[in-house]
Amino acid sequence: MSEHLAPYDSPRHRDETAIAGMWLFLASEILLFGGLFLIFVVYSHTRAAGWALGVRHTNLMIGGINTALLLTSSMAYTLGVDAARNENARGVILAGLSAAGLGVTFLCLKGWEWHTELADHLFPGPGFALGGPQAGGAQLFYSFYFLSTALHGLHMLVGIGLIGWICLRTYRGRSAPLIAMPVEVVGLYWSFVDLVWVLLFPVLYLIGRV
Amino acid sequence: MAPTSDPQTMQRSYLWQDGTLRSWLLTTDHKRIALLYMASITAFFVLGSLGAALIRLHLISPTGAILSDETYSRMFTMHGIVMVWLFLVPSIPVTLGNFLVPLMLGAPDLAFPRLNLISWYLFVMAGALVVYGLFRGGLETGWTFYTPLSTDYTQGRVLPVVAGVFLSGFSSIATGVNFIISIHQLRAPGLTWYRLPLMLWALYATSVIFVLATPVLSITLVLLAFEHVFHVGVFDPALGGDPLLFQHLFWFYSHPAVYIMILPGMGVVSEVVSTFCHKPVFGYRFVAWSSISIAAIGFLVWGHHMFVAGTSLYAAVVFSMLSFLVSVPSAIKVFNWLGTMHGGAIRLDAPMLYALGFIGLFTVGGLTGLFLASLASDVHLTQTYFVVAHFHYIMVGGMVSAYFAGLHYWWPKITGRMYPEMWGRTAAALLFFGFNLTFFPQFLLGYEGMPRRYATYPAQFQVLNVLSSAGASILALAYILPLIYFIWSLFRGARATANPWQATGLEWRTSSPPPTENFIEPPVVTHDAYDYAALDHPAPAPQAEPPHV
Repeated sequence: MSEHLAPYDSPRHRDETAIAGMWLFLASEILLFGGLFLIFVVYSHTRAAGWALGVRHTNLMIGGINTALLLTSSMAYTLGVDAARNENARGVILAGLSAAGLGVTFLCLKGWEWHTELADHLFPGPGFALGGPQAGGAQLFYSFYFLSTALHGLHMLVGIGLIGWICLRTYRGRSAPLIAMPVEVVGLYWSFVDLVWVLLFPVLYLIGRV
Repeated sequence: MAPTSDPQTMQRSYLWQDGTLRSWLLTTDHKRIALLYMASITAFFVLGSLGAALIRLHLISPTGAILSDETYSRMFTMHGIVMVWLFLVPSIPVTLGNFLVPLMLGAPDLAFPRLNLISWYLFVMAGALVVYGLFRGGLETGWTFYTPLSTDYTQGRVLPVVAGVFLSGFSSIATGVNFIISIHQLRAPGLTWYRLPLMLWALYATSVIFVLATPVLSITLVLLAFEHVFHVGVFDPALGGDPLLFQHLFWFYSHPAVYIMILPGMGVVSEVVSTFCHKPVFGYRFVAWSSISIAAIGFLVWGHHMFVAGTSLYAAVVFSMLSFLVSVPSAIKVFNWLGTMHGGAIRLDAPMLYALGFIGLFTVGGLTGLFLASLASDVHLTQTYFVVAHFHYIMVGGMVSAYFAGLHYWWPKITGRMYPEMWGRTAAALLFFGFNLTFFPQFLLGYEGMPRRYATYPAQFQVLNVLSSAGASILALAYILPLIYFIWSLFRGARATANPWQATGLEWRTSSPPPTENFIEPPVVTHDAYDYAALDHPAPAPQAEPPHV
């Protein structure tokens, strides 16, 4: 690809521009998940009893462990950003691999959780397991549950891919001076994915449980 | 003084520097991407217009002339979806905006050149999906995809079309991010915010809507597809959901999207009116901030699409009041354009004729919007041809006029060739008269109670419908004419000078067409945006200010 002229005055100007771009993209992402949370806001009020019935059937143990995993992953990656600023390539790779490894563990647990829920007929539809007068609200909850965890999982896959790319490019470029900017940009995204889970966890597992 | 586009300039220009197909398809040059976009949206515009032509042909007879009822529904859906998402929303931003933002900033490119190219590929994929869905059966939901029709009762191809619109949203978001960051980061030395051309203020406001409203449409379409594929409840009342929730989410995007479609046009008109009156825009700061306030208030009015959908009276009153509020910044613009013309040396070249058409038609469209924002009259007029006429006055009378104004105005800069002026003026006049003949009768039809989206109508409405269809044929001529003479001018048009209109913008300081790097010497800005005194009486070589970073 013939690279057109780079429009930046200096490396610092370039870095500022890229980081500002990621922040703006995250603003867009907030609105994406914001629309999804509207489903929660509305139905957890209009169909409160059924919604709470759904919440009580989620697996708090797995949800809790996953929350711990993801928070730790985010912390690991933040240490990597710190290492990048100190031009410590080994630190970046180590932190990246731990963050991605924790992320993969999260997804495996999530997959297992989905598997048990599908086996228990908790996917909304004709064979839905929860009967009684509140079944409709519980189905709405599980529509929201599967869709929001799928969308979040998709974001995690993208994030894990990006972290892998950071590790690879740091490993390949270890003889040259390390540029911290891409590590920071991916870090912003990974923290955002973490933050979405921090909101999803209480909504899916806690609010309405007792 | 100004260098004409001699063969040397042409060879050095972005158009000819590397002529291979590969260099065009892999380009990161914003000017070439603008042309790629221009070719794509022109194709979609032709497709959408063919849909409109069939609709108008069908409605010549009260019983419907050519299409079955089912096909008619699919036809207006196709027309709406193609025109809204594949033409109007991208139109000015991705073509003129892509071309002009770096030039107006005095920068060599947008902040993220590769993202810009990706956005075009996303757009093309989106268009391909939509067209695939529409040709493999189409759908009968209208462009609004209301549930549960779109999720559980439709016989049409919902999935590819929804996936296409979803993808086109990412293309919009990428463009929005690129414009906002470019305007923040890439201004030339001396180019302060209040020296920005008003086109950039308008595109900035548009981009804010791209970035903050589009994702809500994306998630809404995901929810719709989820309900459609798995038949589980999200919006369908039979499955426990609430269809009003869909309408809230949909219009939270789609009303601001109306401002995506009109704000860039207002930016173009500000530039054109100033140039062809050879006068600074009256009340520059008011016009600049009115763009921002239209974008901001535009986020708070979506409920006026749902006055008859069973929302509470309290909500309806609030939404009605907020809708009236949008007319304030819109009126500021109209009055300031008129103020600019007052006492100006007005030249009636084709871009100015289109801009004048815009001002008149937008005013009619805006004022009839107030009828619909009023609760009592909306109950009578909603879902009638009055609504159809109203938004076509904004979308076609406004946005399409502005798009043509901008195309004619910047054509010499984009191609290095002048279009034939006489034909340009003829097309502008045809557009104005053809448009009014098509859509004014529809106000009357709507007022008399003819509902929209019906394939047949009572015989008493036939005269007005025939008039409307006759107008559409004139309108078609007004579209075909520029297509012919623009292509002709590429080969035979007179060569353009760098600044054929004696305009003040930075884009006119470089050659026509610009070199790949935009400016041979990076420009330094020492004047306000519309400082014609400085243009007419150039001071001896201005002192360079220190660079801003």
